[in-house]
This record gives sequence, structure tokens and C-alpha cells, in this order.
Amino acid sequence: MLKIIVCIKQVPETQDVRLDPVTHTLKREGIKSIINPFDLYAVEEALRVKEAQGGKVTLLTMGPPQAEEALREALGYGPDAAVLLSDRAFAGADTWATALTLGRAIEKLGGADLIFTGKQAIDGDTAQVGPMLAAILNIPFVAWARKLTFTDNNRLQVERMMDHGYDAVEVELPALITVVKEINEPRMPSFKAKLKAKKEPIPVWGLNDLGFQPEQVGLAGSFTQVVKVFPPPARGQSETWEGPAPELAARLWQRLKEMGRS
Amino acid sequence: MSLIFYAEKCTACGQCVDVCPFGILRLEGGALSIAEGCNLCGACVEVCEPEALALPEEESPSPRPEVPPDGVWVFAEQRHGELAPVALELLGEASRLAGTLQAPVAAVLLGDKVDHLAPALLTGGAQKVYLAEHPLLAEFLEESYAAALTELAQKFQPEIILAGATYAGRAFIPRVAAALKTGLTADCTAFAIDPEKRLLLQTRPAFGGNIMATIITPRTYPQMATARPGVFKALKPASSGEAGSITGQRPVPLNNLVAGEIIRVELESLKTSPQSRFIKTVAEIKERVPLGAAEVIVCGGRGLKEAKNIKLLEELADLLGGAVGATRGAVDAGWIPYAHQIGQTGKTVAPKLYIAVGLSGAAQHLVGMQSSDFIVAINKDPHAPIFQVADMGLVGDLFDIVPALIQEIKKDKG
Amino acid sequence: MDYLLTEEQQMLRDLARQITNERIKPIRAELDEEETFPWDIMNDLAQADLCGTVIPEEYGGLGLGCLENVLVLEALAMGCVGVATTYAASFLGAYPLLLYGSEDQKQKYLPPIAKGEALAAFALTEAQAGSDAGAIQATAVKDGDFYVLNGAKQWITNAGEAEIYTVIAVTDRVKGARGASALVLEKSDPGVSFGKKEKKMGIRASTTREMILEEARIPRDRLISKEGMGFIVTMKTLDNARPGAGALAVGLAQEALDEAAAFAKERHQFGVPIIHFQAVQHLLADMATKVEAARALVYAVARYIDTRPKDYTKVAAMSKLFPTDMAMQVTVDAVQVMGGHGYMREYPVEKMMRDAKILQIYEGTNQIMRNIIGLALNKEYSKKK
Repeated sequence: MLKIIVCIKQVPETQDVRLDPVTHTLKREGIKSIINPFDLYAVEEALRVKEAQGGKVTLLTMGPPQAEEALREALGYGPDAAVLLSDRAFAGADTWATALTLGRAIEKLGGADLIFTGKQAIDGDTAQVGPMLAAILNIPFVAWARKLTFTDNNRLQVERMMDHGYDAVEVELPALITVVKEINEPRMPSFKAKLKAKKEPIPVWGLNDLGFQPEQVGLAGSFTQVVKVFPPPARGQSETWEGPAPELAARLWQRLKEMGRS
Repeated sequence: MSLIFYAEKCTACGQCVDVCPFGILRLEGGALSIAEGCNLCGACVEVCEPEALALPEEESPSPRPEVPPDGVWVFAEQRHGELAPVALELLGEASRLAGTLQAPVAAVLLGDKVDHLAPALLTGGAQKVYLAEHPLLAEFLEESYAAALTELAQKFQPEIILAGATYAGRAFIPRVAAALKTGLTADCTAFAIDPEKRLLLQTRPAFGGNIMATIITPRTYPQMATARPGVFKALKPASSGEAGSITGQRPVPLNNLVAGEIIRVELESLKTSPQSRFIKTVAEIKERVPLGAAEVIVCGGRGLKEAKNIKLLEELADLLGGAVGATRGAVDAGWIPYAHQIGQTGKTVAPKLYIAVGLSGAAQHLVGMQSSDFIVAINKDPHAPIFQVADMGLVGDLFDIVPALIQEIKKDKG
Repeated sequence: MDYLLTEEQQMLRDLARQITNERIKPIRAELDEEETFPWDIMNDLAQADLCGTVIPEEYGGLGLGCLENVLVLEALAMGCVGVATTYAASFLGAYPLLLYGSEDQKQKYLPPIAKGEALAAFALTEAQAGSDAGAIQATAVKDGDFYVLNGAKQWITNAGEAEIYTVIAVTDRVKGARGASALVLEKSDPGVSFGKKEKKMGIRASTTREMILEEARIPRDRLISKEGMGFIVTMKTLDNARPGAGALAVGLAQEALDEAAAFAKERHQFGVPIIHFQAVQHLLADMATKVEAARALVYAVARYIDTRPKDYTKVAAMSKLFPTDMAMQVTVDAVQVMGGHGYMREYPVEKMMRDAKILQIYEGTNQIMRNIIGLALNKEYSKKK
């Protein structure tokens, strides 16, 4: 019986976020919250491991109270249980404070044999919480996994993506794996699981449940601090040309050659 | 801690509602409401003209420790004895930052039989190279690399550590930061120094590149960041004709007799056997010119319509000595392998010339290429967002323009 | 518009929409172009528990009603009517068992259908028996503990892919329409084979083949209900399926409207988006009104059927007739709004227009629907006098 934990995150659907070209403000009318897309691959892989090896899949997220929606939605894919870490004191956490909070919750859950996370969240794109969590729990970890194979009950061969291609590495459990989307194709949620998820009690753990002091977590416990937020620098004035293709091609090549000389 | 709101100053202009990346600010009946989920990013504070919004004063739980002695470190990523270009780029940037800090620059070289790389690091801007050679470091492994860098940092106490935001860097550097109990900023595209407080100002894109954030690590050392490959400039090594010339912040010595120190370190942490091991490289990605190193990239999107039209991009890229990239749409359609994907979920590139062919320019794609020096867009839809970031836009059918361009180049090159 | 759906109904619809958006839309053009049977999507639907919506819980289904069924069908038809037809045809094959099957038959055949492990198909039409269902030639002759079937069923949706077939065959030639019976056949039964795959104008992701019965020998207990009930089984099956055909039409037309309206906002002519022209606005206004009217009718009939009325043949026919005629008009207009673009395969509306046509033809042509409604009116008004 493997104890499998999947850490997920609720994120704004940034695909729909557009930058107003004139004002450089975010146009985000009707942007809804979704489960970080990469986390669905982590959930799927956890379910596949459970189906093959036996075990229990528990979802874990830290976020505002409405992050419960993300947990219920993810339960619709078939995990067994979910825990929400939510407390005003957790707000503003950087990747360290997030990993620290998740780590304490995993200890409270009695640890895990296998922890999955998506490779990164699409809002922050840091890809840091997974590796930091592994460090905090002091377990080995492999990032960017695209294939998992159990070599025996306690050993996992992982194919991971690198700049140069793909490596195979072997890791002993307990371990943490961050997955890329090549690893599987997530299943569709099931209606019965969704019905069950609607009623599933989801424990909410706060500061006291995890035995933290306020200064250890959230913004206060963060090592990094955002000091400024601004729109990306505007690019130079662009030129747009229309006309017959050969003419456009000739002008473009002329221009590129001029650039090459400069 | 939560956002401070002075209701009496608020003019209900709605600016803050528009910029809040989390959508938690709302104007209800002329009054501002702040829902839960604020992470104090400060976007609203920036735009609030009447200063009705403010961030809480940081209550520093612990005073900032003394400045560590060992200056700016760059993790010099290598594989099989070959340096990753980002290592030299970061040494260039580190030299600039160290100039402001009046601090030394060191490179950390981990691997097995890699000491031949040290001179290049010294010419590239390092005054010292920490060299740790061990069979366990022959291939990249999160656990061993993290243990090694952690041990070195604990021993020599750098003020700043920079590493490339490569697959390897982004995998193990967070583990190092967590072990050192310090902050880390991912995937930075700009650095600066606050000279007064000696703070490293780390700027990175967030929300799919729609906002930029500047981040500091105010209370702990080292200040750590990973940085995008291709964004920073390596120092120009002095050629023989310009002996003694000065590039960057510091003099670059002549030929191979490079000044500087190579410090070999025996690592304690590698004496215990790790819980993970490297088995083999399963597949190497064969790119004619690696995307990360290409000066010219021709990138295609769904507008290509079919897998076979990738050939068109390849022909153009070959003529320009460049590489071929693709959008997520083209990759998802199965026209070209994932290794070519540029954008939020693929690679980030910053070539001298970027030619975007038949791609609309979704925000997630733009994140991955908008720091290119010169962007050309070819698209038949004049309203495609790619034209907003392009330096030059050609409105028309790619199947007319690209072949015409290929003809033009061939004609010119004889 | 808010149709006062329960939370559960909305959840079901959203799940079907998720499959449409994530699984069907990305590949619908390819399925159409290559005439590929959508097994992957059928597996997704199975995974989502949607293969058992109308099958009672005791047989592994969700035990939901007609309204839930039409909500799912509408959502899937927004993706592809070919896929939605494949899915709906399985229920068409299952209805005879659901409505008239013995307990043993239900225990044996419904759970695999509900779990999506097996598809079903309904085999009625023959070369000489289309609208005239009384003219069927296929025979089922009793031979001891067996029936022996001979004949050929034409244009059978899911033929060759389905495991379970409900077949209408003549057991007593003398009795005419009352001599037809319904029987369950399995793909692996001896004497069962399938003809070539038909090349169709639309719904090309769905499979349409001949089912050939040559001395097909099956146990007696495969008979559904009693001998001679074949015609009644058929009529009731179609009564239950018709709001579903209407729902496919609503989903298809909605999607065509969405495509056309979005295009009209993007497409500039004479310096403005074409949606600014009244000529285009009026086309879109009529399309939107018809879609909403059809949806209201389909939902109302489905809700009525869920109250288990005695006779709903007339309203079931209406819920197929109006929406499917509507979908034809709306998809033609969607192509018109998009002009040359609409005619190109690069855009999805030409496929929608091709797909729409079958809805006016299958599960009883719309001429037959008018006959059914006319007949019912004649009866109603005779009673009133």
C-alpha cells in the first residue's frame, strides 16, 4: 500500500490573460481559477501508480479557502482524499514558505512513499516548490520526469527531461517526482467521482494544526520579497508591411542584410 | 499581514481592480472590497494614485546577518566536459554586479575530470574557481549536485549565487536554497544591485510574461537566483591583437596563463552513498543548431497546417544558419518534437533574429521569445498579437512569403 | 438562458463539455477527414461514466433521465455530431433491452454497455425497408431452443464496432407488422458478419455498415419480450431516442452559431467587423432565436418524458422534427455568414452543415415525423368531438 501524495495548486487561467498593448495593463475579464494544468499530469501519474501497485492517493494544496474548489475538482479524477492548508497567516508565502508548510502537512499525514507535483505552476513558473519540499523532507527527488517504471517495490526508474535529451535515473522511495506533460495523458474526470467529491469532507489545516508560529510561514516566513511589479518593457515601434509576396520578401531580406552589417 | 486600505483616500477609480493579477479586488457599489488570496504582490499599490493602498511594513523577524565574505558565485554548468553557454553569460553578469559590490567573482565547477574548463572560467570573469571532481558528479544528479553545492556554500560563504535556469539548474538549485535556508528567485531576466543595502534586485517575468516582478532576498544569505540562458552577455575574451585590453569590469589576462586561483575541494557530502543514481542517457536531442545557442531562430505555429511544411522552416533556417522552433500548437499537433517548443512550457530563447511564421503570438509563446533582439512576424491575420511585439511585420500568406524569401536569399547568395 | 437545471445536471453537462473541448474539438476535423472511428473518445466517455446515463444504477449506470441524456448529447454534439451519433447509437441499441428486456438479459447486457466496455447498435433498416418499417425481410425462424436468422440490415450505425446488437426480424410473415420480433445478437455469434464501410456526406467519424445474417443461430432466450413485439419495441425505442436527436441538433446549431458570430466579430470588411452590418446581424439573430426555441422544446419534452407519461409519441416526434430542421437552416446560414471562409474545410462550419443533413433523415425522416404528429392530431381531435 503506497502512500502517495500529490501537491496541486489553484492558479488563474493565465492563457486568457492578455496584455493591453496600449496601456500595458492586464486584461483579465472573467478569468477563472483552474487547477494548474501540469498538476493534472501529476494526479494522473499518481492514479496510475496506485492502480498498478496499490495505494492511496491524497491531494494536498495550500491556498485561500476557495482553493477547496480545486481539490474537489481534482477529486473528480479519482484520488481518495484531500487536505487543504489555509490560513491568513499562510498568505504571501514564497516558494520556501510554501514548501515548508506543505512539508509539515505531509509529516502530519504520516509521511509519504511517493510525492508528485507538476513541473511548475503556470502563474509563478518557478518550479521551485517541488525540489524545496524534497529538501525539507530530506528525501531524494527527480525533476522533469516523463516516464516512471518500478524496478522493485522500493525503487523507481525515472526518465527525466534535460537540455541534452533524456536521462534515466534510479531513485529509492520515499521520493518526490515532478512531472512534465509527456508522462501521460490525463484521464477524464468521472461523474461518480465528481458526485462523491462534492460531499467529501476536506479537512482544512491552519497555523495551529501544523504547529507553526506566524513568523515561520506566509509572507513573514518567506525569504524572498516582491518589491516591484511592472509591465514588461515595450518593444520598439514596429513596422507592418503588406503587398505582393516577392516584394515583401525582397524588402525583408534587404533589411536583414543591413542589420547583419551593423 | 494583509494589504492596507485607506478607504477615505480611495476614489473608486478601479485602476487597482484592473491590475490585480489574482482578481481579488472588486468595486462593489463604489467601495473597494479585498477578497482572500492577496499575496501582497503590490501591483495595486503601484497604480493607486491617491495612495489609498499600501503594503504592510515588513516586520523583520531577524536582523540581516553580516555580509558573507565570498562575493558572487556562478554555478558553471557543464556536461561531459563541455561548458553550458549560460555559465559564461552569468560570469559576465556576475562581473558587472561584483563591480558594484566591490566583491570577488567565483565559479563553481562540479563534475568528473573537468579541470580543463577552469581556465575558460577565469578568462570569462571568475577570479576563483572552486573545483570539485568526483565520479558521482560525472553525470547530473539532483541529489549529488545539491549536496556538493550546499557544502561548498556552507564552507566558503558566498554573498550571491547565480545559476542558469536550465533543466539541471532549475532542478537542483531550489534544493540548495532550501538546504541553506535562503531565498531563491527563478528564471531571472535582469539583475541589479541596490548599493546601499547590497541587495540583489532580481527581475523575472510572471503570469505568463504579462507582468515583471522585482524580487529581493532581504534577510538571508546567499541571495540566490537562476537566470535565463541567452539573456546575459558573456565578457568578450581578449584576442591576441588586443593584449591588455579591458573588457567588462575587469582586466582579462593574456593567453592561457590566466590569473586567478583554482581551488580544489574534497567534498564530505559525497562520501555517503546517495539514494538515487544515474543510469544512462536514454536519448540525446539532435538539433542541427541547438535552440539555446542559435543566433537566428525560425519558429512556426499552427499556420503551417501540416507536418510536412516544417521543411519550409528548416530550409529558411539553414540558409540563415539558424535553428527551427515551434509553438505549443505545432508541437501538440505532432508536427515537430517537443524539444523545439518555445514558450512558457517550452524553451526560452533570445536570439539576434527571430522569425515568427504562421503563429498568432499567444502570451505563453511571447514569454519564451520576447527578449529576442529583432523579431520578424509573418502572418496573414493583421490583428494577430505577434505583430504587437514584432519589430517588423509582414501581412500575408506564409506559403507565398517564405518561399519568396528563400528564393531571394538563394539568388543573393548565388 | 437559465433552464433551472439542478447542480447535478449542470455538473453532468459540464463534464460532457469538458470532453468536447479537451478531446473532441482538437481532433474533429481529422476524424471527419480520415473517417476514423472515435475509440479514444468512447473510452473517455466510459471513464467519465457517461456511457450509462440512462441505464439504471442496478445495472451499473447512473440511472438518470431523458433530460440528463439530452444535456450530454447536446454538449457532445457541440464537438462533433459524428462522435455524438456513435455514442447515442449505443443507447438506441440498449433501449429495447432497457424497456422490454428480461431480468437476465438486462443483467447480462446492460452493465458492459453502462461501463463503456461494449457498444450497442440497433439494427432495423433494410434495403427495402426504411421509413416503411413493416416491410422488413430479415427472418428469425425458431428451431428447437434456437432462432436462426437470415437477412441483411443496412446502414447500421456502430456495426462492426459494437458488441451487442438488437435486431428486428420477422418471426411470422403472415402477421405483417405484428409478425416482427426483437432479438439480441452478439458480434461473435455464428453467421454474423459486416459489409463495407459506407462513405458518407457527414458524420464521418461514425461507422455505418451493413450487418449480414447468414444462418445466424442464437439461443431462444435472446428474444426480447415476446414474438410479435418487434414493432412496438421499435416504436418505443425511437420515441425515447428522438429527443436525443433533437439535442444533437441543438448542440450542433449552437456551435455553428458560436463559430459564425465569433467570425463576424473578427472579420473586417469595409473597415469594420462584419457583425456591424445589419444583414449579418439579422442572419445571426434568426439563428440564435431558432436555436433557443429548439432547445426550449427539447428540454420541455425531455422533462415531460421524465414524468413517465403514458404516451409521448407525438411530442417525441416534435422534439426531433423542429430542432433538426432548424439545425439544417442554421448551419447553412453559418456558412453564409462566414462566406468563402465558411466553405473551406479549414473552418469547421462546412462540416457542421454536412453533419446537419443526416439529422433530418435518421431515426425517422422528418416527413415521417410529420406523419406521426399528423396521425396523433387526427386522433386527438376525433376524441374531442
